Amino acid sequence: MTLKPARMFSEVITHLFKKPFTSKYPFEKAKVTPRFRGRIDFDSGKCIGCQMCVRVCPSKAIEIPLSEVQFAAPQTPEGQPAAPARKQYDCIMKLGSCVYCWQCAETCPKHALITTQDFELAQLTPEKLVRHYK
Amino acid sequence: MNTDSLLTSMVYLVVFPGFLFLTVYGLFLQWVDRKLCAVMQNRMGPPWFQPAADLIKLLVKETIIPDACDTAMFKALPYFAIAAIISALMLIPLWKADSLFPAFQGNMVVVVYLLTIPTVTFFLAGWSSTSPYSTIGSMRVLTQLFAYEVPLMLSLIGPAILAGSWNLSEISAFFTEHPGHMAAQLIGFLVAILALQGKLERMPFDIPHAKNEIVGGQFTEYSGRLLGYFNLAVDMELVVGAALLSAVFLGGAWGLSGAAGLALFLAKTLAVTFLLALLKVLMARIRIEQMVNFCWKILAPAAMAQILIDIIIKSKLQL
Amino acid sequence: MSKITIPLGPQHPALKEPENFMLVLEGEQIENATINLGYNHRGMEKAAEERTFLQNLYLIERVCGICSHSHTTCYVTNVEEAAKAEVPERALAIRTLIGELERVHSHLLWIGVAGYEMGFETLFMYTWRDREQVLDCLEMLSGNRVHYSINTIGGVRRDVTAEQKVEVLKRIGNLEERTQYYIKVALEEPTIRARTANVGKLPYEVAIERGAVGPTTRASGVKRDVRKDDPYLLYDKLDFSLITHDTCDVFGRLVVRALELVESYKLIRQILNYLPEGPIAVKVPPRIAPAEVLNRYEAPRGEDIHYLKTNGTDKPERLKVRAPTLANLQSVAYMLEGGWLADVPLVIAAIDPCMSCTDRAIVYDRKTDKKQVYDWEDLRKLGIEAYKRKGVDFRKL
Repeated sequence: MTLKPARMFSEVITHLFKKPFTSKYPFEKAKVTPRFRGRIDFDSGKCIGCQMCVRVCPSKAIEIPLSEVQFAAPQTPEGQPAAPARKQYDCIMKLGSCVYCWQCAETCPKHALITTQDFELAQLTPEKLVRHYK
Repeated sequence: MNTDSLLTSMVYLVVFPGFLFLTVYGLFLQWVDRKLCAVMQNRMGPPWFQPAADLIKLLVKETIIPDACDTAMFKALPYFAIAAIISALMLIPLWKADSLFPAFQGNMVVVVYLLTIPTVTFFLAGWSSTSPYSTIGSMRVLTQLFAYEVPLMLSLIGPAILAGSWNLSEISAFFTEHPGHMAAQLIGFLVAILALQGKLERMPFDIPHAKNEIVGGQFTEYSGRLLGYFNLAVDMELVVGAALLSAVFLGGAWGLSGAAGLALFLAKTLAVTFLLALLKVLMARIRIEQMVNFCWKILAPAAMAQILIDIIIKSKLQL
Repeated sequence: MSKITIPLGPQHPALKEPENFMLVLEGEQIENATINLGYNHRGMEKAAEERTFLQNLYLIERVCGICSHSHTTCYVTNVEEAAKAEVPERALAIRTLIGELERVHSHLLWIGVAGYEMGFETLFMYTWRDREQVLDCLEMLSGNRVHYSINTIGGVRRDVTAEQKVEVLKRIGNLEERTQYYIKVALEEPTIRARTANVGKLPYEVAIERGAVGPTTRASGVKRDVRKDDPYLLYDKLDFSLITHDTCDVFGRLVVRALELVESYKLIRQILNYLPEGPIAVKVPPRIAPAEVLNRYEAPRGEDIHYLKTNGTDKPERLKVRAPTLANLQSVAYMLEGGWLADVPLVIAAIDPCMSCTDRAIVYDRKTDKKQVYDWEDLRKLGIEAYKRKGVDFRKL
């Protein structure tokens, strides 16, 4: 092929009249698609404490301990055996360890882990990266 | 410039058009160059205060000097570079037909030689640093000097022959009177632009401080204040080089003076900067032996051709 | 001119990942080059033995950022073969689609990096701007721009909808125009030709003898591509050609990668047209019967080999990864000798190095000529003894 010096000339000159491709983040919002894998949220009402999410997590980022405040036992009518109280669980998520693979959300049988598109999660101290969902 | 008034001379040297003007205008031209390159590459580029911020940041940082180097030379070199460049600017006609220092025959050659001094300081900077990367960088500076210096000088001789004098002010006055002959200098102008790109060590000729290959080249061991002044010297060299080219090829001040002359000077140096930025964006960096080949086999013969054209035109003029 | 020894790396502006090249220079010419690796060793294979197969999927993905899908797919194919699971064809098609999109991403990135190492910043900026279109496709299909995690054991996790198909085809159309422009620039621009022609020469016999893989070897005329030699996923049903070039230098590698981009666009269109109906995953039991499996995959950089040994529990017994860059590095030492210092970044970049993939550890005792693989207890004892020799006793700390 013949060599043409300054081959990119026309392209370079036309770019003098175009808008820059850079998006001015953080002054402009970043565009993410609807199913971008962001932070996981927790619905305590649905969780049954089966710990399957803890077993599947590749980086040990999630813990499901018992809550400090538990439900009282439901009222039972006379003569019936006492029904056990529904247990309440918290979720401690270490955002620094999480790899945002969403395997826990897919494995949860009760859909207690809710997916979001949140990714602006930086903090100045590592303690703030541990989120305690109640 | 009257030497009977020491105050006036000091003002010329330090404030305008000496150190302060060169600093401000040099930083402005660096911003223009970076912004133009960025826009041509479809991105945003830095804000207007970026070169000044870079300079201030470097000036307040700690200077680290390696143990094995020659400390006195290491520390003194940036100041020599700046001094040579300011002296060169005094000899070029800027905003009026005459330069600040009274013009004399041969001041074009003196300007080119004064502009060689910064390159020698780059070489010595790399050599006195004694680290492997700096040594290679300084060898490349010298090899590059042997490559572009001859085409640069030859391309400036063409207009000098046509104007019939070695005095920059007379050359620009000649082209102001006969603007048609400026178009005949096109080949010489292109050769001079490429040779200037080599002198300023910009792409495609930024071989001595090639970031990817030898980290910083001759400037690898420099940091803090000294690096800030070296960067400032490079920016000032851009101003002086553009001023030299606009005085020789673009007719100098075109008979104007004062504020109008200053505006014309700024416009012409901005035009030369645009051409240099265009060259920077269009090409990849070539190797040092390819550069020597290119300069000796293509640029020097082109400059000789331009000299031939000028001799023919001059003989036709006199007939 | 006397000889100087320059250390290139581990920190150097030309290298994206740490590795060390000791170059013996005479003037600007390289007389001798020695390669030292190991700065990026993270103990992935050891870590894989302590995690279940599902957790390992995400670990193996993070062996490399840019060939992450290659590593996952190879691993998951191993696990499914050991478990004797039948993966539905739609899942195979989606895996192939993401694999080809990853190849487009990697090659566009490489053209930019080659431009940067040559000093051609404009090409770098333009190709990385166009790469954003591929990243948008990948984010839309899989949920992330790097580390797609589209695989799961038994199939894939997400399906491709009709709107996504239209979007992907639109972007591929844009990219095809831009790629044709870049091919023309690469062939016609004199400074690119000046920097890449006759640089890093690797003749045909040396390429075969040193076991080079991927575009590095295809630029020397060797017809070696796992997609044709040993077809996996859907490649035996798709129509594409094997690109080789005969100049054996960096220019050839540039041309091979650019033309492979065009082939990948053809492949993506074929897969999107072919997408068969059906489920996207099957259930695979967590415990897998004892087996030994080996699989290969054509990553953007070359041939990626994974070996897996299972023992009936839900954790693997042994996992071994052989990344393509390890095979290509043997040729770099040959290519560097006799060349110029200015060409070193370009030659290294031309094999598309991915040091994160490469570093593995094997202990070879030269005196007794014995090879040994260490397990946890041995490693721990070795560490404690090494520090005792330096004078640090951990029991006293």
